[in-house]
Amino acid sequence: MEQIGQMLLAANTQWVLIGTLLLGLASGILGSFALLRKQSLIGDAVAHAALPGICIGFMLTGERSLIILLIGATVTGLLAAYCIQYIASASILKEDTAICLILSTFFGVGIVLLTKVQQMPSGNKSGLDSFIFGQAAGMVSSDVKLMAGAAALLLMVTIIFFKEFKLITFDAEFAKGLGLPVSALNFLFMTLLVAVVVIGIQAVGVILMAALLITPAISARYWTNSLSKMVIISGIFGAISGVIGTLISSLDRGIPTGPFIVVTATIIFFISILFAPARGIITLKIKRRMTNQKLLREQGQVK
Amino acid sequence: MTNPIEIRNLTVAYDKTAVLKDVQFSIPKGSLTGIVGPNGAGKSTLIKAILGLIPKVSGEIKIYGKPYKAKDRLVGYVPQRGSVDWDFPTSALDVVLMGRYGHIGWFKRPGKEDTILAKESLKKVGMDSYANRQISQLSGGQQQRVFLARALVQDAQVYFMDEPFVGVDAATEKAIIQLLTDLKDQGKTVIVVHHDLQTVEEYFDHCILLNKEVIASGVTEEVFTVEQLHQTYGGKLAFLDKGKVMVEQKR
Ligand SMILES: Nc1ncnc2c1ncn2[C@@H]1O[C@H](COP(=O)(O)OP(=O)(O)OP(=O)(O)O)[C@@H](O)[C@H]1O
Ligand SMILES: [Mg+2]
Repeated sequence: MEQIGQMLLAANTQWVLIGTLLLGLASGILGSFALLRKQSLIGDAVAHAALPGICIGFMLTGERSLIILLIGATVTGLLAAYCIQYIASASILKEDTAICLILSTFFGVGIVLLTKVQQMPSGNKSGLDSFIFGQAAGMVSSDVKLMAGAAALLLMVTIIFFKEFKLITFDAEFAKGLGLPVSALNFLFMTLLVAVVVIGIQAVGVILMAALLITPAISARYWTNSLSKMVIISGIFGAISGVIGTLISSLDRGIPTGPFIVVTATIIFFISILFAPARGIITLKIKRRMTNQKLLREQGQVK
Repeated sequence: MTNPIEIRNLTVAYDKTAVLKDVQFSIPKGSLTGIVGPNGAGKSTLIKAILGLIPKVSGEIKIYGKPYKAKDRLVGYVPQRGSVDWDFPTSALDVVLMGRYGHIGWFKRPGKEDTILAKESLKKVGMDSYANRQISQLSGGQQQRVFLARALVQDAQVYFMDEPFVGVDAATEKAIIQLLTDLKDQGKTVIVVHHDLQTVEEYFDHCILLNKEVIASGVTEEVFTVEQLHQTYGGKLAFLDKGKVMVEQKR
């Protein structure tokens, strides 16, 4: 207990918490749209495809500057996203096959490069492997501020275009008929999705980042039938997951953050699927039983 | 005076073969026009091409004398049912509000005014008591009416409706036709893809017979003749007594 108290007082920890909170919020919100657009798996592929970009960024510059690594991750992440869409539209392969192909290819290359980097004699490469499972507590203050700032920016852009994103997700044809630039908006959304994945990988890791994107969104869907509420709830679930995961992983050096964020998100998911008021399984059972009894009683009175 | 819709030599293709060939017609202001033709005749394609949702190979499309730009807000559209994700977290009122997005513009939320208009529109199609229902919890005909309400709230000059009566009960169909007639009387132009040949003469003052090309277009009495219907449907017609016609159901 004392240990936690001390830890919370440390300025860096506070920044890390703010960072993962904003990250969870942004990925929960963008994840809601990704889920409804049926692009969850693309988020996963982008996260895995970020690894080779990180390694190449490091190899080219020889230093561990977050900006460079993130630029590398963005480049390979976007490349993967467009490869998937190209393969799905131009070949006979279906989208899920394309995703599988691209994800494993990029991730495989990433692991090969990571092994190479770790054999390199020079440079400060410590912690590069933490990109696999994420290490929020170990982030230096400037990195955390970058992550927090970027997450806040993504949040703002999403809120500004909320109405347009809603329409192109629900009925792209009608959106076109209204004169919305649907292709440009699709491109913008894809860029935001890649961006949130990329800024999240240092804290959550490439393997589990997609879970922070999607799990809060699926959970939120159980609580409401309104998109704006779903987005808010999903953001809150993401933020809670980010913060709790970070707290647990900062208890000791070397505990990865990603798995604990995802475990938290998963617990929230199970609570939602069972008990959520709008669609939870147990809630529905109880509601149905009550309705049945009410109907039976009414019929009894009529007779 | 320019007609609200002028189409000249319009050809549209999806792959290699033309789906619409050299289509040409014009529709006068304040008319209620039925587009009639067999499955795959290119009725939906025609509407999508006019709205610029799919590219044309050649030809000219003019709405009120100008090439159509979606931003003009002149056109409202009810797509053929089933093109959206019905499990999307949104209510009937929310869907109708989407019809206001063209008026609201970028970066703004729908205001009180928009909500009032959307509710009125739901009322017109008899769906006001379902405003807050999630759309997957509506019946097929009710969903269709919500989409109709969304088009009405666009406050357009020209309306395109792709089979708005599919899955709608007879009473609702009559109510919707009354609504469309009201629009017509306000000087708006309404174009409806319609499948039920028995009601064409009753509902529409103008008519276009389409099967890849325009077989005939103009005033219903002149266009809607047994001979031209034969040509449109290629002999798949069955004749009922009292001179009524219908499409052969079998084969
Ligand atoms: N996206 C598409 N790609 C390729 N061909 C298409 C596409 N959509 C329609 N077609 C073809 O174009 C032709 C016209 O289709 P369209 O949907 O316009 O017919 P329709 O008259 O609306 O038929 P229905 O009465 O069944 O609605 C059909 O032969 C169809 O197979
Ligand atoms: Mg059609």
